[in-house]
Amino acid sequence: MSKDAVEALSLNAITKRFGELTANDAVSLAVNVGEVVALLGENGAGKTTLMNILFGQYTADSGTVRVFGDTLPSGNSRAALDAGVGMVHQHFTLADNLTVQENITLGVHSLLKPSLGRAAAKTRIAALSKKFHLAVSPDARVGTLSVGERQRVEILKALYRDVRILILDEPTAVLTPQETDDLFATLRLAIAEGLSIIFISHKLHEVMAIADRVVVLRHGKMAGGVNTKDTDENALAEMMMGTEATPPEVSPAKPDAPLLALRNVTTADVGSVPGLKSVSLALKGGQIVGLAGVSGNGQAAMADVVGGLLNPNEGQVILGSETVQKWTPRIAVQSGIARIPEDRHKTGTIADFDLVENAILERYKSPAFSNGGWLNWRKSRAFADGIIDKYDVRCPGSETPIRLLSGGNMQKLILGRVLEADPQIILANQPVRGLDIGAVNYVHSQLLAARARGAAVLLISEDLDEVMALSDVIHVIADGRLSPEFKRGEMTPAQLGLWMAGQGFEMDVANAS
Amino acid sequence: MRLEPIKNPTLARKLVPPAIALISTVVIASFLAMVAGANPFSVIGLILKGSFGSQFAILETLNRATPLIFTGLAVAVAFRAKFWNIGAEAQLYAGALMTVLLGTGILPWPSFAILPLIIFAAILAGAIVLLAPALLKTRFGVDEVVTTLLFNFIFLLFISMLLEGVLKDPMGMGWPKSARIIPEAKLPRIVDGLRLHWGFGLAIFSAICIWIIQTRSTLGYEIRAVGLNKDAAAFAGIPVNVVIVKTALLSGGLAALAGFSEVAGLKGSLTLDLSPGFGYTGIIVAMLALLNPLGVIVASLFVAGIFVGADSMSRAADVPTYLADIMLATALLLMVLAIMLTRFRVVRD
Repeated sequence: MSKDAVEALSLNAITKRFGELTANDAVSLAVNVGEVVALLGENGAGKTTLMNILFGQYTADSGTVRVFGDTLPSGNSRAALDAGVGMVHQHFTLADNLTVQENITLGVHSLLKPSLGRAAAKTRIAALSKKFHLAVSPDARVGTLSVGERQRVEILKALYRDVRILILDEPTAVLTPQETDDLFATLRLAIAEGLSIIFISHKLHEVMAIADRVVVLRHGKMAGGVNTKDTDENALAEMMMGTEATPPEVSPAKPDAPLLALRNVTTADVGSVPGLKSVSLALKGGQIVGLAGVSGNGQAAMADVVGGLLNPNEGQVILGSETVQKWTPRIAVQSGIARIPEDRHKTGTIADFDLVENAILERYKSPAFSNGGWLNWRKSRAFADGIIDKYDVRCPGSETPIRLLSGGNMQKLILGRVLEADPQIILANQPVRGLDIGAVNYVHSQLLAARARGAAVLLISEDLDEVMALSDVIHVIADGRLSPEFKRGEMTPAQLGLWMAGQGFEMDVANAS
Repeated sequence: MRLEPIKNPTLARKLVPPAIALISTVVIASFLAMVAGANPFSVIGLILKGSFGSQFAILETLNRATPLIFTGLAVAVAFRAKFWNIGAEAQLYAGALMTVLLGTGILPWPSFAILPLIIFAAILAGAIVLLAPALLKTRFGVDEVVTTLLFNFIFLLFISMLLEGVLKDPMGMGWPKSARIIPEAKLPRIVDGLRLHWGFGLAIFSAICIWIIQTRSTLGYEIRAVGLNKDAAAFAGIPVNVVIVKTALLSGGLAALAGFSEVAGLKGSLTLDLSPGFGYTGIIVAMLALLNPLGVIVASLFVAGIFVGADSMSRAADVPTYLADIMLATALLLMVLAIMLTRFRVVRD
């Protein structure tokens, strides 16, 4: 950082409390012109709260926000935008039924004169996309674009509004390694143009690759701020965690017979999301099968088929040695399948149910928890209390609504719920998404323990590092097609990336013919 | 301005807004009574006297609360599953229709079996009326708000057709009303000589049953799960559509009991003015009760008290009876607002 650096944005001693919880405790963050600052922290560390204060969604209890020297009024959601701060959210805010150009210009041009300035806008978008290497056709409908392209549209949208400070929230979560490299190239171009960037992430190597400085949040407090050239990944992980992070040890696999197999399973596409295309897969005892792939390439259909929510249009689900005739979530659970859902808030738990009610959600009909249509709350409570104890779920008590728990504790309850039934097959769909490293290690160690006692695990993840660290066998899914099986250590991330982008399949076909 | 939920409301937070709502209602009603030429300071006393001030008044209020408990329960049960049954009015008339069909002596059944049979048939009729909207929703995604609401009008016209035709009482001097039900089909009074009938007892009993079902049974658990988060319920293996249909059957059956109890306990025959909108008022009752089955009893007594008390007040103070309607509407609007304010705080941006 040079001495005459110009400060673009500064958050000064921001404090925000929600009742008992202090989400941000005197957090300060400054970005200079032409600088990338990474905001690193576990889930629940206060990153989102800080950004919501910047954009006026929350009012800080104390502290100020300054953009290019001017203090922003608190609680005004237009102020930050007007001052030239733009944000690319993790979940895109695009209208699928509009074109790229319409999405970009939406809200910039007057709705009363819709025809004015179209040609000029198009020229400008073309210029921006050329300058920043953001290749995307302005006339394409957003609904037809890939996730990576949509992100480019989001960035173009911000650039079109002449933002001076760009905030990216977990931008690489949905990208292949190659797309991530492209994104970083674009960001470097933006820096060269004098933009400032805040890069929110929990991926250490990406932070090291793109950021000039890192600000680490832990439990709402600043755990430190360092220049990336003065630190390394281990030091950052320690700062984020408080203790040295230990990746799980993986012993060699001793696979058994397949416990669950899919044979030529095909499912229908859902809108633009592909279904499975004649997929065959075997889950063997004592083995973790990793399913890598970019988000929205058929993972959901795979999880639904294995989890009992979706019946294949063609092909069979084979449980042990028997072909399944009727396939429902309840039958899947009864057959010994533990299901860790992708979205613990939307499908894994019921927010307003307490921990007891959530603990018995999959098995309230079993004799363990009900009899003749009447629930046994005493047994149910004992079950929930057992999980809270054994899986270290931090909560005020089993009769707390689960929405008051952090993501990690919610996931621990789900883990306990499914693992207490001593399952033979475990479907783990994005099991650590949004969790802090402590919780990540805990979940991973539970999956490895299940593998050690002979369970078959299917790990679906968009995080290639996670898949490569844990899986004995890796398949890549792209556009609903499943790659051949790769053994642990057989492929590099770059090679898997080619498969994730769908190119491996074409080479495969070319080799075969 | 926006609303922010309150995590742990204090006792004052829970009590003050409803109290202010009640006081405001009285002030507004008093003001209107003054405009109409009555003494504004006598209004509150007259209302209380008219609703709870004498044995007769209390019994009148309890009688008026009875159908509201049934329709309130019907709505509360359905809304728990986020099944928006706006058609309690039609289901009420279905129950009433079944009561006069079976209660006018066409069945050669022993007298002790007639009432249970009628009750069963009425519940069935109400359930069937709501079955069609439930199936349309679960099969084709048709919005039940539209179907249940519009079906109210269809069913009322259907009743009108019957009362002008096949069901018309030959002894009714040309009025569109059905024949009277036989004494064996009437709900007996709880205490001889007092006007309160066993429909009220049945209503209290139903509320307790529904409360037990909601808190203890697997069905109640399923209904709450489906209402709170359909996706999570489906993921966990709860058959969402089956639960919605079961909820609809339960809800329709409860609403039909309101019609049964009005005919068998009070009116004795079916007319087109059997219900002054009990089905719609049931929605308000359920909302006031925050969908709690036991709360429905309290909310019904409150609403019935205002109905009866304001009616009596308008007669005693010689002001138009419309004042009673205005007062009820004011009370309900303010109370709904007050209940919201017990759970949310208004934050000014």
